[in-house]
Amino acid sequence: MTTTDTRSQSTTSTLRLQVNGREHELALDHRTSLLDALREHLGLTGSKKGCDHGQCGACTVLLDGRRVNACLILAVTAVGREITTVEGLADGEDLHPVQQAFIDRDAFQCGYCTPGQICSAVGVLAEARSGWPSAVTPPEGGVQLDEAEVRERMSGNLCRCGAYANIVPAVLDAAAAELPAPGIETAYHEGESR
Amino acid sequence: MKPFAYAVAEAPVQAVHQLSARPGAKFLGGGTNLVDLMRLGVESPELLVDVTRLELDRIEPTATGGILVGAGVRNSDLAADPRIRAAYPMLSQALLSGASGQLRNMATVGGNLLQRTRCVYFQDVTKPCNKREPGTGCPARTGAHRDLAILGASEHCIATHPSDFAVALAALDARVQITGPAGDRALALADLYRAPDEDPSRDTVLDPADLITAVEIPTSREAHRNSLYRKARDRASYAFAVGSVAAGLSLAPDGTISEVRIALGAVAHKPWRARRAESALTGNPATPEQFRRAAELELAAAEPLPDNAFKVELSQNLIVAALSTLAGVEEA
Ligand SMILES: Cc1cc2nc3c(=O)[nH]c(=O)nc-3n(C[C@H](O)[C@H](O)[C@H](O)COP(=O)(O)OP(=O)(O)OC[C@H]3O[C@@H](n4cnc5c(N)ncnc54)[C@H](O)[C@@H]3O)c2cc1C
Ligand code: SF4
Repeated sequence: MTTTDTRSQSTTSTLRLQVNGREHELALDHRTSLLDALREHLGLTGSKKGCDHGQCGACTVLLDGRRVNACLILAVTAVGREITTVEGLADGEDLHPVQQAFIDRDAFQCGYCTPGQICSAVGVLAEARSGWPSAVTPPEGGVQLDEAEVRERMSGNLCRCGAYANIVPAVLDAAAAELPAPGIETAYHEGESR
Repeated sequence: MKPFAYAVAEAPVQAVHQLSARPGAKFLGGGTNLVDLMRLGVESPELLVDVTRLELDRIEPTATGGILVGAGVRNSDLAADPRIRAAYPMLSQALLSGASGQLRNMATVGGNLLQRTRCVYFQDVTKPCNKREPGTGCPARTGAHRDLAILGASEHCIATHPSDFAVALAALDARVQITGPAGDRALALADLYRAPDEDPSRDTVLDPADLITAVEIPTSREAHRNSLYRKARDRASYAFAVGSVAAGLSLAPDGTISEVRIALGAVAHKPWRARRAESALTGNPATPEQFRRAAELELAAAEPLPDNAFKVELSQNLIVAALSTLAGVEEA
């Protein structure tokens, strides 16, 4: 829990954050974003600072399994939540299927946006599994991840190198590998990219 | 950013009390607008009262057949709710057309309604702006106003309200429930927002200590179910609207319009309910010519500036396209 001054005068708090399955106690200025807490205080520099205004997605992490922009979250508000960063996705030496798909598809150039892209894609797969629609999902029927769906759902992650042509198939590969669940079909065909 | 204190509110009344006791305090929802504005120096609260741990996160049916949406419900949960998708498609579509997957997971219903304008001068503390610093002037009028208002603006401010969600709520006649220093009350969404008039610093009629606790969506009717949200923007996704429309339509057995609901986004200081177009259409045939005539009537009141004059025709086209789709007729 957070220890805050009862008269709410203090501008710092001592708090515990649960990151990648480990608990950390930190004394933080309330201004500290979750992104800065991860990078500057916990040494987890996988999550990247791009715009610091929620516009680029490089800072994407998972909060209780949902993708969010760590730059616009104040660390003090993440108390009691399970935070997963790109460092926490692999199972020992075994990469997460999304990480593996990004490597197999060469889905990056400089790599700066990649941790955010990967965390976002993990979130996308969970959202699709829950049947969440996107702006391009037809009103009737379930969610079928195809190229248009992935482009729409991943639009919060910008890639200045323009590696989208490989990111989209990587996400679809991971979807196909991870989601044999009913109601979700993936439909990406080689050579169909725009 | 200036240092600030932080407190987690445990009950709505307590949250309101914390704000009335401390004039420099603000409620914190998902933080996607407020934290951004704090980083830009536009907002500098002394105390943030976190309202996301109040139990305002439910979507539940009301006794009268409507739906009550807690102010803490995240935009993504509301957009995905099967009842909302089936009974009020325009609402789900408006939410899904806004921001990104990440931001929708953070943004709350209350915070979405009270997000501030994206006018570039408002967001830049080195520039004058009547909304941010009353009396300093409005550089947008002669400067960057391509994205700003064409309807209901004043000489003091031509800002637009950026929310997509609020546009659909305006078309649905939603109501906003509030807990304030003087107790509980409810307001029609249309009465929540103000025109800029002489005092653009106030976006809404709310007191700073008024907490939005819920949004009430009326009982679903045909013009709610047969509805859609259409958004024009500079890129296919993840961009604010340059123009948008939330529309709902129901037809009588003889093919005439029995009910029509139209609200425009990105054209005014508030979601713009197109009442003139609605009354011109009711009882008339659902044809593209009628839609065009009504759209022109609504936009006749527009007072565009050189760089946003395109919004007049854009908004007319959005109305005609949306209603033609809902009526199942070919656009003229
Ligand atoms: C890059 C980017 C792109 C975006 N694109 C779009 C878009 O295309 N369409 C769109 O509609 N929006 C867009 N948004 C805006 C986004 O929808 C809003 O920032 C969000 O909805 C605000 O909700 P929040 O809970 O994060 O609010 P906060 O930032 O927490 O709060 C916003 C304001 O509301 C007040 N507040 C919060 N909760 C309450 C309450 N319960 N009662 C009273 N006051 C309250 C706060 O004090 C603050 O003044 C975008 C934002 C970003 C950063
Ligand atoms: S339009 Fe409004 S918000 Fe923009 S500069 Fe003018 S006064 Fe400020």
